[in-house]
Amino acid sequence: MVTAPATTTGMFDLHDVSVTYGSETAVAGVNMHIPPQAVTALIGPSGCGKSTLLRCLNRMNDELGNVKVGGRILLDGVEVNDRSVDPVELRMRVGQVFQKPNPFPFSIYDNVAYGPRTHGVRSRAALDGLVEDSLKRAALWNEVKDSLKKHAFELSGGQQQRLCIARALATAPEVLLMDEPASALDPISTQQIEDTIAELKRTVTIVIVTHNMQQAARISDQTAFMLRESMERPAQLVEVGDTRLMFTNPSDKRTESYITGRFG
Amino acid sequence: MADTSTTGRRLSRPAFRRAADRVVTQLIGLSGIAAIVILAAITVFLVINSSRALREVGLWNMVSGTDWFPTSEHAKFGFLPAEVGSLWVTAVAMVLCIPVGVAAAIYISEFAGRRTKEVTKSIIEFMAAVPSVVLALLGIALLAPHVREWFNLDTGLTAFTAGIVVGAMALPTIITISEDALHAVPKDLRTGSLALGNTQWQTVYKVVLPSASSGIFAAVMLGLGRAIGETMVVLILAGNSGIIPDTALVSARTMPGTIAGEMAEVVQGGLHYSVLFAMGLVLFTVTFAINLAADIVLERQRKKWRR
Amino acid sequence: MKASTARVKRARAIESVAKTITGLAAFLVVGLVLFVIGYIVYRGAGSISWEFLTQPPRKNMTAGGIWPAIWGTMLLTFWTAAFSLPIGVMAGIYLAEYAPRGTFTRVVRLSIANMAGVPSIVYGLFGLSLFVLTFGFGRSVIAGALTLACLTLPVIITSTEEALRQVPKDLRQASLALGASRLRTIVRVVLPAAAPGIVTGSILGLSRAAGETAPILVTAVAFYAPIPSTVFGETMALPYHLYIMATQAVKPAPHIVWGTALVLVAGVGIINVAAATWRSRQRSKIRW
Ligand SMILES: Nc1ncnc2c1ncn2[C@@H]1O[C@H](COP(=O)(O)OP(=O)(O)O)[C@@H](O)[C@H]1O
Ligand SMILES: [Mg+2]
Repeated sequence: MVTAPATTTGMFDLHDVSVTYGSETAVAGVNMHIPPQAVTALIGPSGCGKSTLLRCLNRMNDELGNVKVGGRILLDGVEVNDRSVDPVELRMRVGQVFQKPNPFPFSIYDNVAYGPRTHGVRSRAALDGLVEDSLKRAALWNEVKDSLKKHAFELSGGQQQRLCIARALATAPEVLLMDEPASALDPISTQQIEDTIAELKRTVTIVIVTHNMQQAARISDQTAFMLRESMERPAQLVEVGDTRLMFTNPSDKRTESYITGRFG
Repeated sequence: MADTSTTGRRLSRPAFRRAADRVVTQLIGLSGIAAIVILAAITVFLVINSSRALREVGLWNMVSGTDWFPTSEHAKFGFLPAEVGSLWVTAVAMVLCIPVGVAAAIYISEFAGRRTKEVTKSIIEFMAAVPSVVLALLGIALLAPHVREWFNLDTGLTAFTAGIVVGAMALPTIITISEDALHAVPKDLRTGSLALGNTQWQTVYKVVLPSASSGIFAAVMLGLGRAIGETMVVLILAGNSGIIPDTALVSARTMPGTIAGEMAEVVQGGLHYSVLFAMGLVLFTVTFAINLAADIVLERQRKKWRR
Repeated sequence: MKASTARVKRARAIESVAKTITGLAAFLVVGLVLFVIGYIVYRGAGSISWEFLTQPPRKNMTAGGIWPAIWGTMLLTFWTAAFSLPIGVMAGIYLAEYAPRGTFTRVVRLSIANMAGVPSIVYGLFGLSLFVLTFGFGRSVIAGALTLACLTLPVIITSTEEALRQVPKDLRQASLALGASRLRTIVRVVLPAAAPGIVTGSILGLSRAAGETAPILVTAVAFYAPIPSTVFGETMALPYHLYIMATQAVKPAPHIVWGTALVLVAGVGIINVAAATWRSRQRSKIRW
C-alpha cells in the first residue's frame, strides 16, 4: 500500500477568497478550512462558482486569462498565489480530475507516466513502479495490467476516468481536486469511482464538486454549500461543516431547502 | 514510492527550465510575426529596386504608357500592353470559371450525397496541386491549335487561350471557398425554409445563396487574385506581343508574363531591370488590394455566423 | 387546389433543371481534372524507363533522361521544408495557443492571408533581390528554397493553426493540471494530437511548391547544370525543365516533354494522395 509522505499533510485554509472574471465578481468572501486526508464536497446549484473555487486551489484560473483571485489561499501554511510559487509545482502537489474523462491520445502507460516525466523522472524502473502504483490506487490495475500499451481511447468511459485519476496520482499529489468526476458516467462506473475515492482519502486530501446530494452524503466528511442568490451579486459560501450534521441538521434555511429540494 | 522525492515538495522550478521555456516561447512569438515581416520586406525590396524606374521614367508614365519597347535604343516602358493583356486574360478566365465554379460548389454543398461530395472535393483539390506549367503544356498541345483553327488566326497563342487555362486554374480556389461559404450557412435556416414547403432548389436560391453571398464574393475575389498573378500559363500561352490587344483573340502580353520572361535576360541594376520591379510593385499592389477586400468580406461572414 | 399543384409541379421541374445544371458543372470540373491526369499519363507513360529516370539529358535534351531535374526538385523541396516548417509550425502555434484577441493578431492573420495571395512571380522578384543579390547567395538551391519557403509559409501556418484548434481544450487542461508548463503541454500533448493535420497540410503546401516555376526562374535554376555539389550551386528542376522544353524554338523529342510532365504530376500526385489518405486514416482512429 502506498502512503503519502508523513511530512506533508495537504490542507487548505481559505481566507476571504474572491474570484473576478473581467469585471464580474463570481465568488466572494469564502472562508473555509479543508482538512487533510478527508473528503470535502462542494455542492450548490449550477453556476454558483463551485468549479471556479476549485480552480483557485491549483491556480488553473491563471490559464483562463483575465481572472483575478483575491484573499488568501494557504496550502499547509504557504500562500499559493505568492509570486515565488510556481503554478507548475503547485499543480504537481494539487492534482485535478475533470468532469469528462480526458485521457491523452497515448497508451495507458504513457498517460500515467506523463506527470512524472514532466517532473524529470526518466528511469524506466521508477516509471514502471509509479505507473503500477498509481493504477492500483485508482483501482484500474487489474483491468489493464496486461495491456498497458493499449491506446487509452480503447478503454470504456469509466475506465478512462479512473485512468485520469491514476494519471493525477502519479505525481504523488497531496490534494486531489475532482470536478463532477462521475457526472458523465453510468451508475456502475460511478460506484467504482466512489469506492476509489473512499480508498484514496486515507492518503490524499480530496475536494470534490458534485451536484448529486446522495453522492455528497455518501462519500464526504465535510460539505460546503455555495449559493449565488442573484446574478448581480457574487456567490457566497453559505455553510460549511461536517457532512452528517449538515444533511441531518443544516444551520441555514437556504441549505435546508436546497438539500430537501434535491432529495424531493 | 519512486523518485518524486528528488523533484521534491518544492514550490519553485529550476531556473534553467523556466529560462528554456521562456526562450522557446519567445521564438514562437517571433515566428508569429514572420508573415508581417516578410510582407513588409517584399514591399521594401520592390520599392527599393524600382526606385530607379520611378525616378527616371515615373510611375504614371509607366502605368499609362502605351508602348513597351524595353530594349530599343529609345526604350519605352509603357505598361498598358501588359495591363490590358492581363485584363483580357483575367476577363476570359473569370467569365468561364465563375459560373462553372459557383454552380459546382452549389452542387457539391447542397445536392451531392456524402460519398460523391468527398470524392469530388478531393479530386478538385488535386487540381490545385497540378503545376501550372503542366497545364500550360496541355494548353499548347491541345488548345492552341484548336483556337487557331476555330477563329482562323495566325497563332493559337492568344489572351483567350491563356484565359481558358487560367480559368481552369482558378476553379479549385473558387469552388473550395464558395463551398465553405455555403457549408457555413446554419442548418436550421435550410430546415426552416424546407418546412415552409420550399423545394431544395428554392431553399438554395432564396435562403442559402443570399446568406453565403459574401463568402462567394470573397471566393471570386481570391480566384481573381490567382488569375491576375498566374505567371507560367500566360508566359507560355498568351503570345507576349508588344501591342495593346483590343480583343481577346490576339497575342498579348501580361504583367506576370512580362516579368518572368524578361527578368532572366536583363542587366541587373539597369533601368529595364528596375522597370520590371516597378511592374512587380504594381502587380503586388493590385493583388494585395483584391486579397484584402476578400479577407475583410470573409472575416465579416465569419463574425455573422459565430453568434 | 389545382393551381397550387401546378405551382408545385413547376417548382419541382425547376429544381430538377437546377440540379442537372449544377451537377453538370461539378461533373465538368471533375472530368477536366481526370482528363488532365489521364492525358498526361497517356502521353508520358511510354517514355518512362529506368534510363529516363536515372540519366542526365543528352544531345541537347533530345535524348537521355531527366535525373538532374528530379534530384534538383527534391533538393529544392527538401530545403524549402527545412526553412518553412520550423517557422511555419511555430507561427501556427503562436496563433492557436498564444495570440491574444485584438488588433495585432488581426493584422498578423491579414498578413498571412495576403501572403497566400501574392503572385508567385513577385516572390521570384523578392527572392532575387534579397536572397540572390543582397545575401549574395547567387542563383542557387538555397536562394530558390528560401524563396519557395516564403511562398509555402502561409499554407503551413494555416494548416498548423487549424489542426491545433481541433484538439480539445480538455487535453490542455489535463496537462496543465499535472504541472506541465504551457510549452510542454503544447509540445508533448497538443502537437502530437494535431500531427496528422499539420503533416498533411504541410505536405500539400510543399508539393505545390515543388511544382512552382516562376519563383525559381530567377533564383535557382539553370537550363543545364550538373547535380549541384553544395546548396550554393545552381540546379535543374522539373517544372523549369518542362517550361524550357515546351517553349524552346527547336522542339525536343516530345516523349521527353511528356515524360517530364508525367514524372512531375505523378510525384506531386502520389505525395498528395498518400498524405490525404494518411490523414483520414488517422482521423478515423482518433475521435474526440
Ligand atoms: N472562464 C470564465 N470566464 C468568465 N466567467 C466565467 C468563467 N467560468 C465561470 N464563469 C462564471 O462564473 C460563475 C460560476 O461558474 P462555475 O464556477 O463554472 O459554476 P459551477 O461550477 O458552480 O456550475 C458563472 O456565473 C460563470 O458565468
Ligand atoms: Mg462546474
